[in-house]
Formats: sequence, structure tokens, C-alpha cells
Amino acid sequence: MNNWILIISCGLITFLTRFSMIALLKKEMFNDRIREVLSFVPSAIFPAIIFPAIFLDSSGDFQLENNPKIMAAVIAMLIGIISKNIIATIIAGLASYWFLIFVI
Amino acid sequence: MNNKFRVFLRGIFDVSPLMIPVVPFGLIFGVLSIDIGFSPIQTMGMSLIVFGGASQIVLLQLFSGGASSLVIISSVGAVNSRHLLYGAVVSEHLSDLKLVWKIIISYFLVDQAFARSNEYFKNNEDKNKYFHLVGGGITCWVIWQTTTFLGIVLGALIPEKLGLSFAVPLTFLALLVNDFRKFINVIVIIISGLVATFGFNYIPYKAYVIVAGVTALIAAAVLTNFKKNE
Repeated sequence: MNNWILIISCGLITFLTRFSMIALLKKEMFNDRIREVLSFVPSAIFPAIIFPAIFLDSSGDFQLENNPKIMAAVIAMLIGIISKNIIATIIAGLASYWFLIFVI
Repeated sequence: MNNKFRVFLRGIFDVSPLMIPVVPFGLIFGVLSIDIGFSPIQTMGMSLIVFGGASQIVLLQLFSGGASSLVIISSVGAVNSRHLLYGAVVSEHLSDLKLVWKIIISYFLVDQAFARSNEYFKNNEDKNKYFHLVGGGITCWVIWQTTTFLGIVLGALIPEKLGLSFAVPLTFLALLVNDFRKFINVIVIIISGLVATFGFNYIPYKAYVIVAGVTALIAAAVLTNFKKNE
């Protein structure tokens, strides 16, 4: 049951962030400056999920040697920079990860 | 064919190419959610109630790391703060609508639908143009629910040693592909990543996502300000 409360709460907060501006906003409240800073939200938040998942092991200790995730992430990032394509980036990362753990 | 329906179809047509990357994302979500220990009904419930890929993956990631509900909910809020921007941008086109339509559209205001409909809104002055966002949003919805379901079904067949949990950071990394070439974005990305990684064991309540996100956003505000004053 607890899981359901968590799921519904996360749903509510997701809905409210989408709804609040549509429902309440008067145009003047949001100037270009705030828009500009908010456009950095993905760059500010996503790495907080990416980096620990790559550099730390499941108990939270640094795992810098013999860690195929680092190399796979670097390859994915390079493919991402070159292709600007989300699917190509995911496939490059997974393929190189599997290559590193299964073949080498 | 009446005008509303035509605009609705146009929304479906415009958003469809952006659905290709959503397919693996939905599958990964379904697989991981079962793997972490949510039931199939709860997993489907998440996609139906939350209906936001990044939010749902953050929920899973923090839940599996043992974070408290309060931290999970506020982290989901932090991830979602970009929707404030979307809402603000589209609100000027929707200000005349009835409340019920504003509620419906808010539920469907996901990244891909926003991106395509915002372009459409800028170039069209038709009073039924909001049906474009409804069409795009429903398209995203159908794809997301279907792939979540397939992920749940396939999850039982995928061996654990494939290391699919690596797909989580990979998916978020892929969502940043357009930011790797921008100088300020790269600095913001590095600050957020370093704060989260070094703070992982020291920031209480697993609040590292929020602390790193807010720190990096402040850095973004300072850097953009600095750039402007040059």
C-alpha cells in the first residue's frame, strides 16, 4: 500500500508542475531571465543521476578500476556528440558495455 | 473532416518521429521496475498516474537506493521543474480555455509533445490549435503505456547479468546529447555530476539529486549572468 501512496504523490507533483503555470500564469511573471535559467534544468539535474550510477558501486564506494561503465559511457557520449541522436547514443553505450563485459 | 480533428491528426503526425527513442526508454522502465520489486500493476500504475519518463526512472533509482518517500517525491519535483518552463511557454496560447481542458492538457504536457506543439502554436492562430497538443500528448501516452507493458512482460525473460541497470544513466546521458556542445551546459553538467558523486555518501537522506541539481542551477544562473555582462 505504501508504494501506491508514493506513486500517487509522485504523480501529483508531476501533474502540479505541468498544471501550475498553465492555470496561474500571467505572462509578466516569467521573464526571459527565468526562462533562460530554467532551460538549464536538464543539464543541472540529469548528471546527478548519471555520475553516481557510473562511478560508484552499489554500496556507494568509488569504482574507478575495472569499471566497464566508464568506457561505455565515454563511447556513448562521443557518439552522442557526433550524431546528436538519442537512440544511437543508447545503442552505442549498451553495445560497448556488453562488448566490454562479455567479449573482452 | 472538421477542423479540430485535422489539427489533432497533425499533432499525431508531428510528434511521431520523436517516439522512436521513447520505445527503448519505456521498455527499460518496465523491465527495471519489476526487477526492483514493484508489482506489474504498480508498474502500470506508475506509467498511468505519473506519465513522465524521467520522473519514473528517478523514482525507481532512489527507491532501490533506499531513499525516503519525502526525498523521492521532492527529487521527482526537482526533475519536473522543467515543466514549469513548458507550462509558462504554452500558457499564453491556452489562456482562453476552460479549466477542464487545462487539466487534460497538463496531464499530456510531456517533453516531446511540448516541443512539437510549441512550434505549431507559434506559427498558427487557429482557435482550435490546442488540439495539436492533445493529439501529440495522446500519441506519447499510447507509446509509453504500450512499451511499459511490453517491458513488464519481457522483464521476466531478460537475464540479470545483461546489466540493464546501466541503461538508466545511459538514457539520461542520451537526453543531454544536444547540450554537450554548449560550453555553459558542459560546466553545469560537470558541477552537478561531481556534487552528486562526492556527496552521495555524505548528503543526508539520499538528497544528492536535489542538492546537486540546485547547486548546478545556481551555477548556471551565475554563468549566464556573467556571460551577459561581458
